[in-house]
Amino acid sequence: MGSLFRSEPMCLAQLFLQSGTAYECLSALGEKGLVQFRDLNQNVSSFQRKFVGEVKRCEELERILAYLVQEIHRADIPLPEGETSPPAPPLKQVLEMQEQLQKLEVELREVTRNKEKLRKNLLELIEYTHMLRVTKTFVRRNVEFEPTYEEFPALDSDSLLDYSSMQRLGAKLGFVSGLIHQGKVEAFERMLWRVCKGYTIVTYAELDESLEDPETGEVIKWHVFLISFWGEQIGHKVKKICDCYHCHIYPYPSTAEERREIQEGLSTRIQDLYTVLHKTEDYLRQVLCKAAESVYSRAVQVKKMKAIYHMLNMCSLDVTNKCLIAEVWCPEADLQGLRRALEDGSRESGATITSFMNTIPTTETPPTLIRTNKFTEGFQNIVDAYGVGSYREVNPALFSIITFPFLFAVMFGDFGHGFVMFLFALLMVLNENHPRLSQSQEIMGMFFNGRYILLLMGLFSVYTGLIYNDCFSKSVNLFGSGWNVSAMYSASHAPAERGKMALWNDSVVRRSRVLQLDPSVPGVFQGPYPLGIDPIWNLATNRLTFLNSFKMKMSVILGIIHMTFGVVLGIFNHLHFRKKFNIYLVSVPELLFLLCMFGYLIFMIIYKWLVYSAETSRVAPSILIEFINMFLFPTTATSGLYAGQEHVQRLLLAVTAMAVPVLFLGKPLFLLWLHNGRSCFGVSRSGYTLVRKDSEEEVSLMGSQDIEEGSTPLEDGCREVTCEEFNFGEILMTQVIHSIEYCLGCISNTASYLRLWALSLAHAQLSDVLWAMLMRVGLRVDKTYGVLLLLPVMALFAVLTIFILLVMEGLSAFLHAIRLHWVEFQNKFYVGAGTKFVPFSFRRLSWKFSDDRA
Amino acid sequence: MTAHSFALVIVFTTFWGLIGIAGPWFVPKDPTAGLIITMLVATAVCCYLFWLIAILAQLNPLFGPQLKNETIWYVRFLWE
Repeated sequence: MGSLFRSEPMCLAQLFLQSGTAYECLSALGEKGLVQFRDLNQNVSSFQRKFVGEVKRCEELERILAYLVQEIHRADIPLPEGETSPPAPPLKQVLEMQEQLQKLEVELREVTRNKEKLRKNLLELIEYTHMLRVTKTFVRRNVEFEPTYEEFPALDSDSLLDYSSMQRLGAKLGFVSGLIHQGKVEAFERMLWRVCKGYTIVTYAELDESLEDPETGEVIKWHVFLISFWGEQIGHKVKKICDCYHCHIYPYPSTAEERREIQEGLSTRIQDLYTVLHKTEDYLRQVLCKAAESVYSRAVQVKKMKAIYHMLNMCSLDVTNKCLIAEVWCPEADLQGLRRALEDGSRESGATITSFMNTIPTTETPPTLIRTNKFTEGFQNIVDAYGVGSYREVNPALFSIITFPFLFAVMFGDFGHGFVMFLFALLMVLNENHPRLSQSQEIMGMFFNGRYILLLMGLFSVYTGLIYNDCFSKSVNLFGSGWNVSAMYSASHAPAERGKMALWNDSVVRRSRVLQLDPSVPGVFQGPYPLGIDPIWNLATNRLTFLNSFKMKMSVILGIIHMTFGVVLGIFNHLHFRKKFNIYLVSVPELLFLLCMFGYLIFMIIYKWLVYSAETSRVAPSILIEFINMFLFPTTATSGLYAGQEHVQRLLLAVTAMAVPVLFLGKPLFLLWLHNGRSCFGVSRSGYTLVRKDSEEEVSLMGSQDIEEGSTPLEDGCREVTCEEFNFGEILMTQVIHSIEYCLGCISNTASYLRLWALSLAHAQLSDVLWAMLMRVGLRVDKTYGVLLLLPVMALFAVLTIFILLVMEGLSAFLHAIRLHWVEFQNKFYVGAGTKFVPFSFRRLSWKFSDDRA
Repeated sequence: MTAHSFALVIVFTTFWGLIGIAGPWFVPKDPTAGLIITMLVATAVCCYLFWLIAILAQLNPLFGPQLKNETIWYVRFLWE
């Protein structure tokens, strides 16, 4: 694994792929995932590229495979997804596979179509049978049925549906029978009445079972109807209305024997259809099962093939048109692997001429590659979210592996909550190979990807919880408190000493509601608690006064150290890019500025902690006032922290004041002096300058850049100094802006670190409130049912702890810790203007069918 | 600084010093050695600094805790 400190050195390589071996070489490269291809045909549209036909073929195959997968899922056949992915198919197999798949598709489509037709037929026959059955009862029933429509006066009172009487009348009686949707029945009837003006008789009955509509496939309720009418024209009208209402019409048998015949015929046909349908479905299932075995590997192969052709489209053709040229970015460590992959590919395709490569020098910035494992990946992602590091600059992720969880823990600081978080993360880490967990999406997926971050955050929170002495808002007394209450009683002291001290006795204690311990009384304060904050502070009413002072100073100290570390990392960058002048003209003034002001603040804080105690507490000066007075030079001289403070402060202020112009003007003036060829020396040696040309800062300014490793400064100096333009105004402006940002930023960023105090206070208070409102109320109930009451109280306490304190506060502290890293820490040294190295690798294609269907 | 607190500082300094300075010598020489050493040193520095700030802040307290009279009674008879 490469180092996490800097990104890896890269080189640009040219691959010469012989036309016969190009496909196999790329397949070998894709399996290994070593290099990133550069697009050499950027101004060619995707439809004009060389391998467009092959890509279209792959897409056609993908379409067929998607259809297959859809059919397989519809038939509820399990689709096995293999563990290993097969390699891309050699060109000879491709045609074969294409034929097979096309044949399979055609067959499937035909069989499915036939099946649909058969089913539709079957449904129609079933409807016909129902209709015949039900209308039979109409005819019988109508003997007693009172017609709702006007009777024709010429008829006698016999049933209107008596055939012979109709025929005697000489009118042609027609019947239309069929099925209609339940919802449309009333409208249908009304329409018929309006149109035919009573010349029709409609009878209908509901079918008990719901049948499936052959067109739409829904299961709905139907009504069987029978319309009887006189006359041709009415017949036409009725038929048109039936069409309009989408009724299914079936021929009505005129005699009972005909009806019987038709019914028998229908039942045999239905039986036959059922058998045929079953056989068809079995056959379809068989075909799909056989296809399901190989569908997954075929899909993978097609995807790989398509990826290879996409990459081939990026290569350009040689002059002789026989060889493809590809330009790739390759890490220097992997050059051997690249050579070997080309040899393997050439060997596999059996060509006589092998493909080869050579490295070419370049002035472009390579992409950034930082190799991570499953542990460091999460932290690297956090840094990359702000900006991918520029080529070969220091990677802050290496240090943020520890500082990020640490700053989170300073804001989260609770032993109990930290332990719960640690357990949750441990659970995820121990089960990280469980398939359901590793493939989870969205929120659970985010937690899973950050499991190592959560683990470290929980661990550090346990430690800071120990130091803050805060466990579910309660303190633990492991070593014995350093504060002794008995010593405040006058009985503990000899009468001689009692004179000046305000001591207690029982009546004093009983009278006053609150009393404060006085550390100047001997024996009251016996020494600091060995590990963290003394547990007596948890019982005190002025707890926050003490804690606020402690936490504010702690935040400022941690912040200044963090920022100084950032500036020091910048020195490493300058050393690496061989710009020593940057160290003296930029980093050193920055450090002086920061340390003379804020380093001195830290010194004052620690000095006051060490030197001032309870006896001198009355004259202890406020650090803030002293710090402000350092700049204001007040006329009334206050006592100050120590003797000679004024002189020391004046000296520091002078150093700071001198550092500022150096920071503003040092670098631009130095570069100007260099550019003029050190003319003040009197001898101008043309071209022989030791100027090391530039890094990312001056890219936009100078218009050219070169970051070459290993080349001597001499030749570069010769080449560069003559051909590039030196824009002094822009350099000066950039440096002024950078300096102003830095100086003002020092003050604002130091204050920004006070969020460490603010969030830890919020967490402690929330935790305290939850305890006071829930558990204390539950524990103070004196009755016997109090035990039972405690169960729901504890449940509520646990739920609220998890949701409010762990999730909400955790997210909040996480966010603020990220902000501190991204802004306050990284703007001291990090540029983050690079691009990520994205190798051509088959591992990056998605293998899941769920992604296809999405 | 009392002798008691001085001893405490020595103990903890040695403890974190062992982790931060001596620890790197015992890291096995695999490719992730750089990462592990950085993590050890950073952990030692951060945790030691945090503990040090906590104890320095309490070394010479300028004021004492203000307790309710119930708490005074409790602490007097149960802790002492």
